[in-house]
Amino acid sequence: MNAPHPAEKSEPPHPLLELWRYFCMNRGALAGLGIVCLLLFLAAFAETIAPHAAAEQYRDAILLPPAWQEGGSSRFILGTDPVGRDILSRLIYGTRLSLLIGIVSVSLSLGIGTVLGLLAGYFRGVTEIAIMRLMDVMLALPSLLLAVAVVAILGPGLINVMYAIGIVLLPHYARLTRAAVIGEMSKDYVLASRLAGAGPLRLMFDCVLPNCTAPLIVQATLGFSAAILDAAALGFLGLGAQPPTPEWGAMLASALEFIQSAWWVVTFPGLVILLSVLAFNLLGDGLRDALDPKLKL
Amino acid sequence: MLGFFLRRAGLVVPTFLGITLLVFSLIHLIPGNAVEALSGERGMDPARYARLMNEFGLDQPLYQQYLQYLWKIMQGDLGRSIITHEPVLGEFLSLFPATLELSCCAMLLALILGLPAGVLAALKRNTLLDYSVMGVSLTGYSMPIFWWALLLILLFSVTLGWTPVSGRIDILFDLPPITGLMLIDSLLSGESGAFKSALSHLILPTIALGTIPLAVIARMTRSAMLEVLREDYVRTARAKGLSRLRVIGIHALRNALIPVITVIGLQVGTLLAGAILTETIFSWPGVGKWLVEAIHRRDYPVVQGGILLTASIVILVNLGVDILYGIINPRIRRSS
Repeated sequence: MNAPHPAEKSEPPHPLLELWRYFCMNRGALAGLGIVCLLLFLAAFAETIAPHAAAEQYRDAILLPPAWQEGGSSRFILGTDPVGRDILSRLIYGTRLSLLIGIVSVSLSLGIGTVLGLLAGYFRGVTEIAIMRLMDVMLALPSLLLAVAVVAILGPGLINVMYAIGIVLLPHYARLTRAAVIGEMSKDYVLASRLAGAGPLRLMFDCVLPNCTAPLIVQATLGFSAAILDAAALGFLGLGAQPPTPEWGAMLASALEFIQSAWWVVTFPGLVILLSVLAFNLLGDGLRDALDPKLKL
Repeated sequence: MLGFFLRRAGLVVPTFLGITLLVFSLIHLIPGNAVEALSGERGMDPARYARLMNEFGLDQPLYQQYLQYLWKIMQGDLGRSIITHEPVLGEFLSLFPATLELSCCAMLLALILGLPAGVLAALKRNTLLDYSVMGVSLTGYSMPIFWWALLLILLFSVTLGWTPVSGRIDILFDLPPITGLMLIDSLLSGESGAFKSALSHLILPTIALGTIPLAVIARMTRSAMLEVLREDYVRTARAKGLSRLRVIGIHALRNALIPVITVIGLQVGTLLAGAILTETIFSWPGVGKWLVEAIHRRDYPVVQGGILLTASIVILVNLGVDILYGIINPRIRRSS
C-alpha cells in the first residue's frame, strides 16, 4: 500500500470553511445573507446611492405615485410622501438607522447579558439566584411592553429606543450564557487551568467564554431582527424616532392618514421592515443549523 | 399533585414581587421626579407641588414608599389616573374584556389554522406543501404587525369595503355591557344585526393579532410532530395495523401537543404586547390602547398599574400552563 499523502488527506477542513459549507446547503440562509449584505451596502453608501437627500422637500411633487403608475415621475421611483420627500431615498437612509439600532442594542444586551450569565454560571449560589430571578422578572413582561415601559421612563427618542431594546433583549443572552457556562465548568480543561493557577477572571473570559459562543452568535443575529421590529413598532407608536427622522416605523406612522389616497406611502416602508427582519431571521436560522444541529429548537 | 401545584405557585411569588419592584422603580427613574415631569415648562405653584408629592407619597423614604405601595396593591388599590381621576384598577377591568375578546379570538384563529398546518407540513415533509407552510410561517413570524394591519385595512376596508375600519361595533347599536365581550353582549341584546356588526369589526384585528402566534404554533407543531413520528410507539401502532388517521390523531398528535402547549402559553405575552399595536391601529378600546395613551399623556399611575396588571396576567397564564403541563405529562410532575 502506498498512500502518497496520508497526512494531507486526513486533515480536517478549517472550521470556518466547514461552517460555510454547511451554511451554503441552506438556500434560505444564503438569501438572508444576501439581503443583509445589501442592507449594509445601502447603509454605507447612502449618500451616493440615494437619488435625493432624506429631508429634502419638493413642493411641486407632493404625494406623487411610484414611477410605474400613472402620474408618477422617474425622478421619484417609489413616489413621494405628503410633504414631497422622495420615499426611496428616505428608505435608503433608514437602513442606517435600523442597522445602527440593531448594532447598538444587540451589543449592549450581548455585552451585559454575557457578563451576567458568566457571573451566574461561574459563582452559582446567591449570585446566580439574584441574577436569574431578575432575568425571570424581565422575561415575564412581554418584550414590547417592557420596551414601552423603558421609553415611558426615559422619554421618546432614537437613543432611548436603543437602550430600551438593549434592556429587553438582555435576559436571553444571560440565560444562554449561564446554561452554556454551567455545562463547560464541569469539563476537565477548566479544572486543568484552575489547577494551573488561573484566576476567576481568566477562567471566565479566557477559558470558558470562547466555548460558549455558538448559541450567542445565533441569538445575536436573531436579536437584530427583534431590534429592528421593536424599534419600528416604537417608532410607529410615536415613542421612538421622532419625525422628520427617516426611520421606517416613524415613516409609516406619519403616513397613516393618507392610507386611503396614497397606498405607496404605507406599503414600501413596511415591506422594507419585513424584508430586513426576514433576512436576519433566515440568517440566524441558517447559522444555528450550521453551528450546531443540536441547537435546533 | 398538590405538592407540585404548591411548588409551582410558590415560584410565582418572587417573580411577582420583582415586578412590583420594577414597576415601583419606574416612577422613581423618571429624570427629576414624576411631579416635575408633570408640571411642564412653566412649573407649578409650590402648594400644588407639595400636594402632588404627598399624593404620590414621594415625600417619604424610599423603602417606606415601596412597602406602602405593596400594601396598597394587596388591597387592590393601584392609585388613580392623573387625567380622569378614576381608580386605575377600575379602568383596567372595564377595558380588559375588549382585549380579552380580541386576544382569545386571535389565539383561536392561530390554533385552528396553525395546528393543522403544522401537522400537514410534518406529514408531507420536504414537499412543496411543507416548504410553503414553513415559508409563509417564517414570513408571518417576521411580520411587522402594525404594517400588516394597515395592509388588511387597505385591502378589505378601503378597496373592497367588506369590513369596518375601526371600533368594536357600529355606533348605531347601544348595547348595555353585560359580559363586556361584544360578541356575547350583541347576542344577548337580541337586536338584529348587532352580532353581525360586532363580528365584522372583530375580523381584521383578529387576523392582525393572530398572525405571529399562528406562525409560531405552525412551526412548533411541525417540529414536535416530526420528532414524535420517529418514535418507536408510532411504528408499533402502525405495525399493529391501526389506521393512519388513528395513529396520527391519537398516538402522535397527543404527544406532539405537549411542547406546543408551552409555546401557546408563551404566546399570551406576545398577544398582550401585540394588542398595544393592534388596538392602537383599529381604535379598539382595550388595555393596550389605554396604556399607549397614558404614556403619551404622562399618566404615570396608569402606566404603572397597567404594566403591573398585564405582567401579572402573563405570570398567571404561564403558571396555569405549567400546571396543565404537569397534568398532561406525569414525567414533569414527578421529576421536579
